[in-house]
Amino acid sequence: MFPRAFEYQVPGSIAETLELLAADPEETKVLAGGHSLLPMMKLRLAAPRRLLDLRRLRGELAYTHTTDGGLAIGALTTYHALLAAPAVAQRCPLLVEAADQVGDLQVRNRGTLGGSLAHGDPAADMPAVMLVLEAQIEARGPQGSRRIAAPDFFQGLYTTALAPTELLTAIHVPPLPARAGAAYAKFRNPASGYAVVGVAALVALDAAGKIATARVGITGVSDHAYRATAVEQALVGAEPTPEALAAAAAHAADGIDPLEDVFASADFRRHLTRVQTARALRRAVERARAA
Amino acid sequence: MKVPVTITVNGTPHHAEVEPRRLLCHWLRDDLGLTGTHIGCDTSQCGACTVLLDGQAVKSCTVLAVQADGCEVTTIEGLARDDRLHPLQEGFWERHGLQCGFCTPGMILCAVDLLRQHPQPTEEQIRHGLEGVLCRCTGYQNIIAAVQYAAERLQPATPQKVG
Repeated sequence: MFPRAFEYQVPGSIAETLELLAADPEETKVLAGGHSLLPMMKLRLAAPRRLLDLRRLRGELAYTHTTDGGLAIGALTTYHALLAAPAVAQRCPLLVEAADQVGDLQVRNRGTLGGSLAHGDPAADMPAVMLVLEAQIEARGPQGSRRIAAPDFFQGLYTTALAPTELLTAIHVPPLPARAGAAYAKFRNPASGYAVVGVAALVALDAAGKIATARVGITGVSDHAYRATAVEQALVGAEPTPEALAAAAAHAADGIDPLEDVFASADFRRHLTRVQTARALRRAVERARAA
Repeated sequence: MKVPVTITVNGTPHHAEVEPRRLLCHWLRDDLGLTGTHIGCDTSQCGACTVLLDGQAVKSCTVLAVQADGCEVTTIEGLARDDRLHPLQEGFWERHGLQCGFCTPGMILCAVDLLRQHPQPTEEQIRHGLEGVLCRCTGYQNIIAAVQYAAERLQPATPQKVG
């Protein structure tokens, strides 16, 4: 298999990329690691007329910086680079735990955080993590730069808030709450490595050991990753007992009509969602207690 | 329209004009005749097409040849030195790490990157690192043993204390 013919350009700057995008936004795609876009192009599910390879922008857009208590991550940062960055390990172990479960070693070498987010795959791991971290996604376009909150960014099947003339440039992760622990629990498709269900959970405890903050992000189940607000509401103010966590996790797919495919029926997915949510919450609480 | 590229393959620079949609695996196999790079699933899952791109294991069915412009590619043909097998190739021989051999080039090149990242890997690290190459002969056990064999051989003869 190979893609339909396309015109190939390698812009040398963000400004040049934006100019080229603006020239023909509907028929132009940007190529980062290529591990979401190229498989779709080979299957002819995508057939852009022009491809802008961002490899010359790595100097500008592949970085992990610490900011005021948080992190700024360049869009072209690969999962491999995330795993190797001491700043990420120190500030945000959840990102490391999830990045290590993306695809496989070869995919982690090429795949980028920005590329995955911009692609909007409903089974990608990172959207669930971004929701829980309350990350802001920075996009640059003809009108300048803007930041989009994660819940507003993911809109549907392969659909994000990114305009065709915009380039996703960075991900901003704010500082985590005090006494917080987080975990990512995933049931992976054994062939593709994508999440059949992936659950990111973050729990912060108050001085008395009760749950002060609970955030749960779920991917693979709906047409885009979502915050399981019913689970979160059931947990705030509660003692983090195994029973309380399990009871809250039962609401993980409330209001969701789960996706169905050859690998997992809707009922199986709903069941997995509750099981993985309970696991992620238990681990998050253990880590919050140790924090 | 074809695009000029310079790609160093197994130490030899190649100047070529390639169509942008040409996949790296097709360029290596069909233009350079390096058929040791196998194409299995063609959907970036099986890892049979794994090569090293600037030292990192990548699935060459999911990389355009033009993306490798200015890079160094190592295929299975480039691993042995002066007729001496690479320790991983030796390990696969000694520990019966292959049966049909179809996944072997990808398995070995992925293991090269794995051992670069984890020179003394645990069994779990080996299994995790090789998740992206599928063996259909159910030979994983011996593949793990082959990687462990190579990890031992690649250690310096006299361990040096650090610090």
